[in-house]
Amino acid sequence: MAQIVGGLTSSHIPAVGNAVAKELFDDPYWKPFFDGYPPVRNWLAEVKPDIAVVIYNDHGLNFFLDKQPTFAIGAAPEYRNQDEGWGIPTIAPFKGAPAFSWHIIESVIADEFDLVTCQEMAVDHGFCVPMQLFWPTYEDLGIRTIPVCINTVQHPFPSPKRCYKLGQAIGRAIESYPEDLKVVIVGTGGMSHQLDGQRAGFINKKFDELCMDKIVDDPAYFLDMSINGLVREAGAQGVEFILWLTMRGALTGTVKELYRNYHIPISNTGAGMLCLENQA
Amino acid sequence: MTDKQPIPGTTLFDGAEAMKGYALNKMCYSFNSRENRDAFQADEEAYMAKYGLNEQQKQAVRDKIVLDMIAAGGNIYYLAKLAGIYALSVQDVGAQQTGMTLDNFKEMLVRQGA
Repeated sequence: MAQIVGGLTSSHIPAVGNAVAKELFDDPYWKPFFDGYPPVRNWLAEVKPDIAVVIYNDHGLNFFLDKQPTFAIGAAPEYRNQDEGWGIPTIAPFKGAPAFSWHIIESVIADEFDLVTCQEMAVDHGFCVPMQLFWPTYEDLGIRTIPVCINTVQHPFPSPKRCYKLGQAIGRAIESYPEDLKVVIVGTGGMSHQLDGQRAGFINKKFDELCMDKIVDDPAYFLDMSINGLVREAGAQGVEFILWLTMRGALTGTVKELYRNYHIPISNTGAGMLCLENQA
Repeated sequence: MTDKQPIPGTTLFDGAEAMKGYALNKMCYSFNSRENRDAFQADEEAYMAKYGLNEQQKQAVRDKIVLDMIAAGGNIYYLAKLAGIYALSVQDVGAQQTGMTLDNFKEMLVRQGA
């Protein structure tokens, strides 16, 4: 049976894509951010997950407002990165795991989460940046991916509780897959930031730290928060924390924090990273 | 939804905004393609007319004022693609919206980490 070995979180700021392309790993601005990742890469090299289920939000590459699904999942053999319009270099495609995707779709829809299914899906920085950070050599490693896209573009967004429950359904789906595969769940985005309005530049360190603490042992803390409440605490785009909660929902076992990193600011954002081990 | 208290300096992009801003956001979405970015830059007025922007949206784009674009229904994720054409970063956009200099805005970001 497939086994969920752990959960990762990472901010997915576009500027990181540029910094990776320019190899600014030791640049004084970037170093405190990039230094968080090597221990996690070592852990991944040891554990060797076969599949990454990546919970992310599309920022206007694959989806437009003509059709804006609340929850969508990829079921494609390959996911391509494409021009997003502002100059991040396009990176190599990611391998899919379509049979596993369809198993998740069958299971999660039976579980009353009616996902939009995508046999073609372009993936933007929301998906690509964390993949690049955790698996810089993803092309050679051949890690296979399943993107799960959650709407954070157009309100109403799904609530923290709904996202957590979707994560639980995804977790049950993965653990009922008959092949012996190791799966890691990646929750992307966050932490606090706001790009738009007179409140642009808002960052809330205290709330970010609370999120990083509570999501490990007490994710229920967030489940009765409203989306508005989350926007107030984390900023209009910091609401991406619902993607972290989706990841956390999928970790059904005993969860132990292995590594964390937090740094302000990267671009306009409080940048956070976690590596959680999930023991059956 | 019990929590509908407004958040200062924040426009939640909901159904009403999405309807209002559809043409502007659709134009900005088209900027994912290099060819479309070039066409816009070659003739901004013709390109805006082609996407059916209303006068408020056109004027906001002509003036390059992000708050006006948001007031006209613009969504920041799509507007970012327009800002990219002018090589504006999210710090430039933040500074403009808050009325700060770029240096002051960046300093404000750093200060929040202290």
